[in-house]
Amino acid sequence: MSSEFNSFAEFLAMGTHGFYVWLAYGVGLLVFLFLLLEPGWRRRQLRSRLQAFYRREQLDAQADAAARQPKASLE
Amino acid sequence: MAACTVPRLTQQESGMGTWTWFHKWGSPKWFYDISGRWMPWLFGLSALLFVYGLVQGLYISPPDYQQGHSVRIMYLHVPAAFLSMFIYVLMATASAVGYIWKMKFAPALAAAAAPIGACFTFLALFTGSVWGKPTWNTWWVWDARITSELILLFLYFGFMALRHAFDDIQTGDRAAGVLAMVGVINVPIIHFSVDWWYTLHQGATISRLSKPTIDSEMLIALLVMIVAHFLLFFGLLFRRARNEVLWRERQASWVRELVK
Amino acid sequence: MLNVLLQRELKLAWRRPAELANPLVFFLLVVSLFPFAVSPEPADLAKIAPGVLWVAALFANMLTLELFYRGDFEDGSLEQLMLVSQSPALIALSKALAQWLLCGLPLLLLSPLLALTLALPVEAWPALMASLLLGTPVFCLIGSVGMSLTVGLRRGAILLALLVLPLLIPVLIFGASAVTSASQGLPYNGQLAFMGALLMFTLALAPAAAGAALKVSISS
Repeated sequence: MSSEFNSFAEFLAMGTHGFYVWLAYGVGLLVFLFLLLEPGWRRRQLRSRLQAFYRREQLDAQADAAARQPKASLE
Repeated sequence: MAACTVPRLTQQESGMGTWTWFHKWGSPKWFYDISGRWMPWLFGLSALLFVYGLVQGLYISPPDYQQGHSVRIMYLHVPAAFLSMFIYVLMATASAVGYIWKMKFAPALAAAAAPIGACFTFLALFTGSVWGKPTWNTWWVWDARITSELILLFLYFGFMALRHAFDDIQTGDRAAGVLAMVGVINVPIIHFSVDWWYTLHQGATISRLSKPTIDSEMLIALLVMIVAHFLLFFGLLFRRARNEVLWRERQASWVRELVK
Repeated sequence: MLNVLLQRELKLAWRRPAELANPLVFFLLVVSLFPFAVSPEPADLAKIAPGVLWVAALFANMLTLELFYRGDFEDGSLEQLMLVSQSPALIALSKALAQWLLCGLPLLLLSPLLALTLALPVEAWPALMASLLLGTPVFCLIGSVGMSLTVGLRRGAILLALLVLPLLIPVLIFGASAVTSASQGLPYNGQLAFMGALLMFTLALAPAAAGAALKVSISS
């Protein structure tokens, strides 16, 4: 494996263009991290929203059932 | 595992005819299951290719005769630019499929693709700008390619903004779908016009982002990075689309089972 | 059918002449801002004139889109129209046509006056009018697509601009370029030819898209 660089310092420097190359790849890494992690956060948020949704659905169903009960049970 | 896109019919299914196959293919649950199986492979393979591509691009491949080491930005910029356009076309196609054939997971796919596409468009713009600085000593340049990318970013924003403006998810999907279909037809026109506009003003000090002389080592790095990006995109797309599908299909029993 | 729809649009819009005059005043106002912002020197103004005139025309045109849709949507007539006419595309086309006749065309006719204030050479005036003649209908047609998509939304005005402006960049490029070429004494047939093609293309596809958009908006 031959390479263009004789030392790690040279690799970082990228022959005076180091700032630009690493800036580009650095921001690239940030974008990739965001794209990889955000769906995970979204999924967790989704889970709690779905659970809340089902809970509310169940409560509504119980309320409907109770409303339809014959009032005889109270008398 | 074969990465084929056509689901193979079992003995039972082939008897049921193509309509059932078609419908099954459109079912959100089918999409959820199959995407779940493909995702690890997509991410795993793309990770390997990224390692190879980055080593090849940043370390092994030579610098350009004229542009020096800044040419290495190309290995990030070019795949991002390709992806940004590919994703838009995919978004529009998914919208069309959802609009015409009413396949339920298609609009979810389009909705999931949009933010990813916008991110890659932004990355293409950013890396393009950073690449331009050492080359022409200016951070922003109304280069034909960069300008086209900027317009594409606006198109992505428009799609996302329109979709979110509606309270009802279905209506938002369809409205944004119409927009995407109109947009995709316009993209070649926009490209051509911007290209024409740019060459018209070539007299300015700025010159085109010149294609560096491609060495075979550079070509390998570029191709590997492109494939790595595409595989990563599909992995990301499936992850987001699955979330979308779960929310849209929350009334369905299979989702309830999953959440419990 | 188109005739009937068009007559309706024209009659309704004509009832509010003040609203029709607004875009023209806006056009004049925007153009007048540039000498203050840039410089009153004719040489400087002549250089920016093609671009300024075109961008101002674009914005003025966008402002008038609401006129033809908002009222109908709010009182339910849009829905009625769609039930009656069976062709939402035709409804959109009639609105675009009415908008062009009542707003685009006046802009076009006013443009030489504004060209004068921006010191645009007289040789470029035919190019200005020809390019606007081919360009303003495209504004109206693409505008109708954007407006149809956002008519049901409460604060759709900025969104409308975000949707429509990127799609109109090609028209802007070639239109302004035609005027610039003319002011430099160069031929501008190529630009006009492209704009003509763009107009035909848009005329063929935009009404269908706007019709589909209307169906989506009404259904919500």
